Amino acid sequence: MATEFKNGLVRWIDSRLPIFTLIDHSVGSAYPTPRNLNYFWNFGSLAGAVLVVMILSGIFLAMNYTAHTSMAFDSVERIMRDVNGGWLIRYIHMNGASMFFIVVYVHIFRGLYYGSYKEPRELLWIIGVVILLLMMATGFMGYVLPWGQMSFWGATVITNLFSAIPVVGGKIVTLLWGGFSVDNPTLNRFFALHYLLPFVLVGVVVLHVAALHQHGSNNPLGIQHKGPQDSIPFHPYYTIKDLFGLGVFAIFFAFFVFFAPNFFGEPDNYIPANPLSTPAHIVPEWYFLPFYAILRAVTFDIGIPFTHIVFIDSKLGGVLAMFGAIVLLAVLPWLDRSKVRSAKFRPLYFWAFWIFLADSILLGYIGGKPAEQPYILIGQFATAYYFLHFLVILPLIAKIETPKPLPSSIAAAVTGKEKP
Amino acid sequence: MATSADNAGHEGATRRDFLSLAAGAFTAVGGAAMLWPFINSMNPAADTLALASTEVDLSPIKEGQSITVVWRGKPVFVRRRTAEEIEKAKSDDTGALVDPQKDADRVKKPEWLILVGVCTHLGCVPLGNKVGESRGDFGGWFCPCHGSHYDTSGRIRKGPAPRNLEVPTYTFLNDTSIRIG
Repeated sequence: MATEFKNGLVRWIDSRLPIFTLIDHSVGSAYPTPRNLNYFWNFGSLAGAVLVVMILSGIFLAMNYTAHTSMAFDSVERIMRDVNGGWLIRYIHMNGASMFFIVVYVHIFRGLYYGSYKEPRELLWIIGVVILLLMMATGFMGYVLPWGQMSFWGATVITNLFSAIPVVGGKIVTLLWGGFSVDNPTLNRFFALHYLLPFVLVGVVVLHVAALHQHGSNNPLGIQHKGPQDSIPFHPYYTIKDLFGLGVFAIFFAFFVFFAPNFFGEPDNYIPANPLSTPAHIVPEWYFLPFYAILRAVTFDIGIPFTHIVFIDSKLGGVLAMFGAIVLLAVLPWLDRSKVRSAKFRPLYFWAFWIFLADSILLGYIGGKPAEQPYILIGQFATAYYFLHFLVILPLIAKIETPKPLPSSIAAAVTGKEKP
Repeated sequence: MATSADNAGHEGATRRDFLSLAAGAFTAVGGAAMLWPFINSMNPAADTLALASTEVDLSPIKEGQSITVVWRGKPVFVRRRTAEEIEKAKSDDTGALVDPQKDADRVKKPEWLILVGVCTHLGCVPLGNKVGESRGDFGGWFCPCHGSHYDTSGRIRKGPAPRNLEVPTYTFLNDTSIRIG
C-alpha cells in the first residue's frame, strides 16, 4: 500500500517513483515496531551511522593517500601534519574502525541475549555474520595501508594463515601477495579492496535491513507481535530514540577522536614498515584479539596418538579453529533449538550467556598477551569453552531447560495487564 | 515442430532441453575462462619474478657470527656456525624432531648454515641472528610472534611452526661467496 502524502509535489513524485513510500515503510510511520524496545536496539542504526562516517572520512583520506611502499607512510604523516584538517579526518577514520566494532559487538551480543537469531530471523542473522566477516576483511586491509611495522607484520601473519591450506596453500599466499612477500603489489591491491568492500558492505546491509523488515524487530520479551496494540510506528518514536542514542554515541566517539586518538592503536605502527625486523610483540587490532587467541590456542597436532601420523598440524588446526569460531555463529539458529528467544525467560541460558560473554572478554585479554605460560594454558581453556558453549551447552540447555511462563502479549506485559 | 508443452508428457529429454543445457554449459565454461586472466593478474608479475638471485660475500663473517641479507623481499640468514653448534646439530639428528631432517641434508658446508629467515608458522622473522637476541631453548632462533624455537640447524623443535626453516637454493661461487636463488 502506498502511503498518502500531504504535499502535492511529494505525491506527484511518489506516484511515478515510490521513493517516499519506500522510506516511510522502512524507517517511517508505516513501519510498525515493537513498543518495548530498549536501548540495546539502538546499536543497529548506530552501526549504519558509523558505516556512513567511515565511507565519508575514507573518501577524503583517499584523496591524499599514496598506495606505494615508499610513500604510504609519509603520505599518512602528510595527512596528519600538512593537509588542512587531515589529522581530524584521519583520527575519525582510525577511531571509527574501533567504534564500528564496539557497536557491532554490542549489537551481536544483544542478538545472543534476546535470541534474535531464532526462527524466522535465521537469514537476517546469517547476513549479519557475513557483514561481520566483510568488516573484518575491510578493517584488516585498512590497517595495512599506513605501512607501519604493525601494518606490515599484521599483513604478513594474516596472509600466512592461508598457507595452512593443504597442497595449494603456498600458491594461494603468493597469489594474495602478488610476489614472494608482503610488498608493493600487496599494498596496492589492499587499497583497491579497502575502497571497494565498504560499498559491498552497504549492499549487504540493505539485504540485512530487508530481511529485518520482513518479520520486524525482535524485542526484549522475544515474543511475537500479536496485533496493533503491541507496536508503535517507527517514526516518530524510534527515529527520535535512535537520534538521541546517536547523540550520546557521538560524544563517546568524539572523546576518543579529540582526547585519546591513539588509545586503540599500537605505538609500533608509527615506525615505518621494515621487512627485516619483526616487532618483539605482534598484536592485531583489539577487535581481532579473541579470534587471535583462538588461533594461537592450538599448539598441538591432531593425529593418531603415539604415532607420527598427523591429520591436522597445529598451524592448520589453529586456522580452522579461528574460522570455525565465526562459522559457528552462522549456524547458531540450529544449535540453540529452544523455542523461547529471550534470556529473560530462560534461567539456564541466562547464565550460559553471561559466562560466554566473560569467556569472550577473557579470550580478548589473552589475545593481547605474549605466547607464554600461563597465558597459553588459559587461552586453551577459554577456547575450549568457546566451542563447548556452542556445540554442547546450547543444544543441551535447549533440551533440559524449563523456561519461565511467557507473557500473553507485548502489550499485556508492558501495561502490566495480563489478559487471559 | 513440437512445442515443449507437447513434449511435457513424453519420456526423456527434448531438443529444447539439450539446447538449454549446452548453452548453459558453454556460458559457464566461457565465464570461468574469462575469470582466470583476472585471477592470474594477481600472481607475481614478470618484473617481480625477475628479482631472482642475490650474491653474498662470506669473507667478513667470523665464526659464530650471522648476517641477514635480502632475497626476493625476504630475509635470508647466513650463519657461520661454531664447532659446538655443528656438533649439537649433528647429535640432534636423532633427537625429538617435529620435521625430521639430518643436519647434513640442510647444509653444503657444515660451517655455513643458510636459511630463509621466515618462520614457517605465520611468516615472522625469528630472533637470534643479532648479538643479544634470544636464540630460544635450542640455541638457534626464536620466533617472538607465537613462540617457535629452532635449533642450530634451523629445525623446528618447539612451538606451533610445522616445518623447519626453509633452505633456499644456493651455490658456492668460490670459498667466500655464494649466490642465492
